[in-house]
Amino acid sequence: MTEVYLSLVIGVLYAAGLYLMMCRNIAKFIIGLGLIGHGANLLIFTAAGLSTQRAPIVPEGVTIPVVPIVDPLPQALILTAIVIGFGLTAFVLALFLSAHEVEGTDDLEKMRSTDQ
Amino acid sequence: MNLLLPAPLLIPLLCATLSLLGRRAVGVQRFLAVAGCSLNLVVSACLLYAVDKDGIQVMQSGSWPAPFGISLVVDRLSAIMLVLSGLMGAAVAVFSLAAMDRHRPKFGFYFFYHTLLMGVNGSFLTGDLFNLYVWFEVMLMSSFALMSLGSERAQLEGGIKYVALNVLSTAFFLAALGVLYGMTGTLNMAHLATIVRSAGNQGMLTTVSLLFMVAFGIKSAAFPLFFWLPASYHTPPSPVSAIFAGLLTKVGVYALIRLFTLVFVTDAAFTHVILLAGAGLTMLTGVLGAAAQTEMRRILSFHIVSQVGYMIMGLGLLTPLALAGSVFYIVHHVIVKTNLFLVAGVIAFRTGTNELMALGGFVRTMPWLALFFLIPAMSLAGLPPLSGFFAKLMLIVASFREYSWVIAITALAVGFLTLYSMTKIWNEVFWKPMPPASSEAMAKVPWTVRDRVCLFSPIMALALCTVLIGICAEPLFGLSERAAGQLLNPDEYIRAVLEEAVRP
Repeated sequence: MTEVYLSLVIGVLYAAGLYLMMCRNIAKFIIGLGLIGHGANLLIFTAAGLSTQRAPIVPEGVTIPVVPIVDPLPQALILTAIVIGFGLTAFVLALFLSAHEVEGTDDLEKMRSTDQ
Repeated sequence: MNLLLPAPLLIPLLCATLSLLGRRAVGVQRFLAVAGCSLNLVVSACLLYAVDKDGIQVMQSGSWPAPFGISLVVDRLSAIMLVLSGLMGAAVAVFSLAAMDRHRPKFGFYFFYHTLLMGVNGSFLTGDLFNLYVWFEVMLMSSFALMSLGSERAQLEGGIKYVALNVLSTAFFLAALGVLYGMTGTLNMAHLATIVRSAGNQGMLTTVSLLFMVAFGIKSAAFPLFFWLPASYHTPPSPVSAIFAGLLTKVGVYALIRLFTLVFVTDAAFTHVILLAGAGLTMLTGVLGAAAQTEMRRILSFHIVSQVGYMIMGLGLLTPLALAGSVFYIVHHVIVKTNLFLVAGVIAFRTGTNELMALGGFVRTMPWLALFFLIPAMSLAGLPPLSGFFAKLMLIVASFREYSWVIAITALAVGFLTLYSMTKIWNEVFWKPMPPASSEAMAKVPWTVRDRVCLFSPIMALALCTVLIGICAEPLFGLSERAAGQLLNPDEYIRAVLEEAVRP
């Protein structure tokens, strides 16, 4: 049942993120970016399978786990993705801030000088 | 031999670190850039030689056996791409000695240049899908920084468009990756290839493959996801746009070729037809977009889009000759396109602009430059006996053999329209008399012997490559055919990666 809830949450996160990204406003764009990132992380978490099994710790003296354990890899992947996402968001914030200073507007529609 | 495998990552990493340490010493950074990139080229060439002779080279990082650790794998395609990245890195590094101003190196231009090359090389080297995502991010972060370094108005605007779409593409990539891991439980590409062939849920697999197609389609600027490229590539300084034009979209194309020959081949009748249709539309929109432009680098940017279509066309046809054509085309295109951007860089260096209106008369003032423009431009349009002719010939013959008339005719027509764009640049920049404003600008900017050597030597070297590939196409043709053979028989790749694990 949790999978269904999480799938809905992921769907809402993606929808909200994409909507915000199309809002023409720089700040909303960055928030949308963050939401999509969270959606993707949650998607990895859900798609890799939720379980109520033990933490992936192998007791001392044995080389393979004695009881069924959860797969630790999705969490490692998400952790990496979160760190990368953090760096990315920081950079995008800095870029948009300096763009805002130079352009004097936060409307993406008005930044068209490179399209002509 | 295995020791050479991580060298294309370690050399840029070392150079990047040293450049950061010597932040204020621009001279040291410049030396490091040229020396490091040249070393990288030599190492990559050795790798290509070894791979072509002894077969696929594998290294399991940290000695973790294959499906668990991260494998570094070099097959012929990866090795060819590594050599190209080494060659472009070295050429643009030499070019940047004169073309890059003195401020940007102090703010980390060379640091990001090395990390960019590291990200590109990492993407070519890795045999692990999540690791590919990480290298993509390394490459993207460096390219974001290079794109906006200097904070000129156009750069920031172009940067926003570039960043927005590319970040979206990595989000798609990550999502696709998560779903694929949920279905198969592995991220090692060779392991994926074995599991996917026996997987039950083929419909879901096709859906995931489409998600990957969108992610890499944005990255490689394929139709209809290419808008960020022509909006941004003409804004940064010329060395930056030259290295971007040469390498970045090709990483996306490489990832497409890798995944859609190794992993997602089970539903080729569906996925590869989409690729083929996308390829045709990419060619057409790119070349038509270029026809409407009046700025040299913008015309060239639209032509990157149209040329990416040719590379994906070979993948879409999925026959040995077509795939060999794709590989050949990538080699030809990377060299030629970087060279054209370098020529545009020289013009911008002399006159301070790339607007066609403001330029003219270069055939009289700089006849050698005119010659070195003509070689890559005619090669891009596919005139014999230059490299582009053979690349197009292979792809078009392959499509006729498959009775794909529409794509063959599109490819031919796009070649014609490319010629139109190139003659437009030729007429406007080189042939018509120079407007007085730009001849005054030219008289003001110093033009020393050092500038000439640094700006012309990479252009001459790359033009020489174009002519050599054209005159003796046979060795490269053979190499591309062998690379395509390796791609179409993934068993060799799978065995090389996974059997290494069994050995103690």
